Amino acid sequence: MAERSLRGRVAVAGVGETTYYRHGQAPEPEQVLCLKAILAACEDAGVDPADIDGFASYSNDRNDPPTLATALGCRELRFSNMQWGGGGGGGAGAMANAAAAIVGGLADCVVVYRALAQGQFGRFGQGPRARTVSGDLALSVPYGQMSPAQWYAPKAMRFMHEHGIGQEALRAIALASYHHAQANPRAVMYGRPLTEAAYDASRWITEPFHLYDCCQENDGAAAVILTPAERAKDLKQRPAYVLGAAIGAGYRVHSTPAGFATPDLASSHFQTLAPRLYAMAGLGPADVDVVQAYENFTGGVLMSLVEHGFFAADEAMDFLKLDNLIAPSGKLPLNTSGGNLAECYMHGLELQIEAVRQIRGQSTSQVPDADVSLAIAGPMVTPVSTILFGSEATL
Amino acid sequence: MSPHTYLPDGLPIPVPEHNRLSAPFWEGLRQGVVRVQRNPRTGLHHFPPQWIAHDDRGFDLEWVEVEPRGRIYSWTRVWHPVHPALKDACPYIVVVVELPHADGVRMLGNLLGDPRQEVPFGAEVEAVFEHHPDGEPPFSLLQWRLT
Repeated sequence: MAERSLRGRVAVAGVGETTYYRHGQAPEPEQVLCLKAILAACEDAGVDPADIDGFASYSNDRNDPPTLATALGCRELRFSNMQWGGGGGGGAGAMANAAAAIVGGLADCVVVYRALAQGQFGRFGQGPRARTVSGDLALSVPYGQMSPAQWYAPKAMRFMHEHGIGQEALRAIALASYHHAQANPRAVMYGRPLTEAAYDASRWITEPFHLYDCCQENDGAAAVILTPAERAKDLKQRPAYVLGAAIGAGYRVHSTPAGFATPDLASSHFQTLAPRLYAMAGLGPADVDVVQAYENFTGGVLMSLVEHGFFAADEAMDFLKLDNLIAPSGKLPLNTSGGNLAECYMHGLELQIEAVRQIRGQSTSQVPDADVSLAIAGPMVTPVSTILFGSEATL
Repeated sequence: MSPHTYLPDGLPIPVPEHNRLSAPFWEGLRQGVVRVQRNPRTGLHHFPPQWIAHDDRGFDLEWVEVEPRGRIYSWTRVWHPVHPALKDACPYIVVVVELPHADGVRMLGNLLGDPRQEVPFGAEVEAVFEHHPDGEPPFSLLQWRLT
């Protein structure tokens, strides 16, 4: 039996996105955005949309595969997949599911997609408007604990307390995203730089998160085309190979509203995933050239980077300095498109795309000779997911 | 803000599920006691409410009363209202309270007192039952204050 691994067998052949808008500003219906992003990814790859035979998404995307396959005139639908739960934590998971379907022979050309038009549907950052709540929600909502920032703040607060980590560490993460967005014309925050002083002066949302520690809410869509590695070589772009991926969480990680009960509260929940990721890839943290780490909130990035082995928690204050986090010369260039904070909150699929662009040499903040590129999805939720891409040189 | 409640009226109110899983907890708060589930064979406490014991997979978790005290495991102070009822209620403090005498199960609540107070990790707190007899249906919340 062949080794059970994704390593080197699937590649990202195409990436695409719509214009990214502030929330509520999309001029077109969400499904139109979704279709346009998929067509853009096909164009980028040089793939006929009729050849798409698989669809994978996450976080209950409202655009279902039968609808999309029908609309696009796909010849055959062979794989239709939704990564359960975890909100943006499913971004790398959807990529991994697509890759697994290809390795397993279920499909040959799978698109991973995410579309959001928050003006046309509900917003993430608002509390529930129902008159009553039950179940796990009833244990937090009546106390005014009802938005993602509020649910995750105690996790970051405890981690910072345990390891003597100050606000400056979170600030450096926010500044890195805004720094990179200034080079990226796609970024919603392009032309809107952030300074240390502006961060410090910004209002609290919920401690320890200032305004700039929290992701945007945006409208738009993004899509990624995956194919077998051998097919990707014949397509338009330099392939970004999947080297490894991992999905899940550790012991008894409660889903979000009951997250306060999770035994390991002070965690982004990558402790068990990162070793599996590196084992599949045959690599370690020292081999990673560039990182895209999902910023729902900066505290989650802090814990993600620790749990992926880039530095120890007690070294965070030394490591998390802006100079270390920016391309091209930082020790660990982070969120090089601007990420969820400053490019667009496309639920982290824009981070997957940026990780691929780094392997292709197409980033607006390119890390020279980036061969190994990491994309982390949705810290602090469950399940989370994480994926490593590599250039041909890594195979 | 009503002098008897920490947050203003108008937030979603807690009601047990149709299957009544959490009903003994909420009924306990109405009576001024804190109840959690316990595995009758191993004694392991469980919270939030579950159908099955996670240590030996028995479906017969029992409800028991526990001492209404704990210690602050983590917290946040909310400054940005995400519900219309909270528009003039910020800041307010949410604490994660651990019950060391019940296998460290955790609960959420508000920390009563000055919303701008320092919140010490590990500090001992005691439960305060915040009754809402005029709720439809009536309910009680579990709040906490430093001891």
